[in-house]
Amino acid sequence: MTLAFTNLTGTSATVAEPPALTKVSIIVSKGSLEGIYPALIMANGARMEGIDANLFFTFFGMDAIHKERHAGIKVATVGNPGLHLATWLGGVPGMSALVTKQMMKSMEKLDIPPIPEFLEMIADSGGHLYACKASVEMFDLTMDDFIPQVESVITVGEFYQMAAGGQIIFT
Amino acid sequence: MSTLTAVSRNAEGFLDRVEDWDRDLAAQIGVESGIPTLTKRHWLVIDYMRDCYLRTRAAPTIRTLGKESGVEIKELYALFPKGPAKLAAKIGGIPKPTGCI
Repeated sequence: MTLAFTNLTGTSATVAEPPALTKVSIIVSKGSLEGIYPALIMANGARMEGIDANLFFTFFGMDAIHKERHAGIKVATVGNPGLHLATWLGGVPGMSALVTKQMMKSMEKLDIPPIPEFLEMIADSGGHLYACKASVEMFDLTMDDFIPQVESVITVGEFYQMAAGGQIIFT
Repeated sequence: MSTLTAVSRNAEGFLDRVEDWDRDLAAQIGVESGIPTLTKRHWLVIDYMRDCYLRTRAAPTIRTLGKESGVEIKELYALFPKGPAKLAAKIGGIPKPTGCI
């Protein structure tokens, strides 16, 4: 298909419409609730459009796929200006749990699942989950530490190979 | 038998009027979308989507679809590889789902 438009000099031009996106590879590097959800929403949204989706968990982002941690992911209430909370208030014990609870409530209303269910959903819809080899070694983890939906631990090189031909998104 | 050329549709192929829909049209949109035969399992999803839309005026999310249509997420994607919510809506003659989830 082509797109027609008039350029600044008043002459009309035709350009080819870019081909539709067929694959996204999303890197999850943060371990907070607000660091993890956008990546999961984008991966799930890609699958909903029939676009292939890879999720690559690295550094603290690996908490999202860690068996013992992924159900307890919290909103960062310190150093998070978007929350509009005084810094000292953000540091009060229990504040992170409270804000997380509120946010989870709003998300449930929108039918956004909790992280463990969301990951299961993405895997069931054909999305692929991987852990970063360098981070796994650094944090002294093994495949046994991860939820069963994680397919394998891969190197950066393997990630790039798998991302070839699509777009890479870093979160 | 209704034909696709006789009904008004938008650029993406979704019906402009929900009431124009019938099961013949659904089968034709299916063929056009790469699903040559609509099985009982397809119909379970399509009927659920349409009922849900007619009841609430909104298409269900994929999560709700997986929990309530009687077909789980994995099978939804096997039945509608190019996106279950979008395709079942199109085949069911309802507007394209607008949510991000």
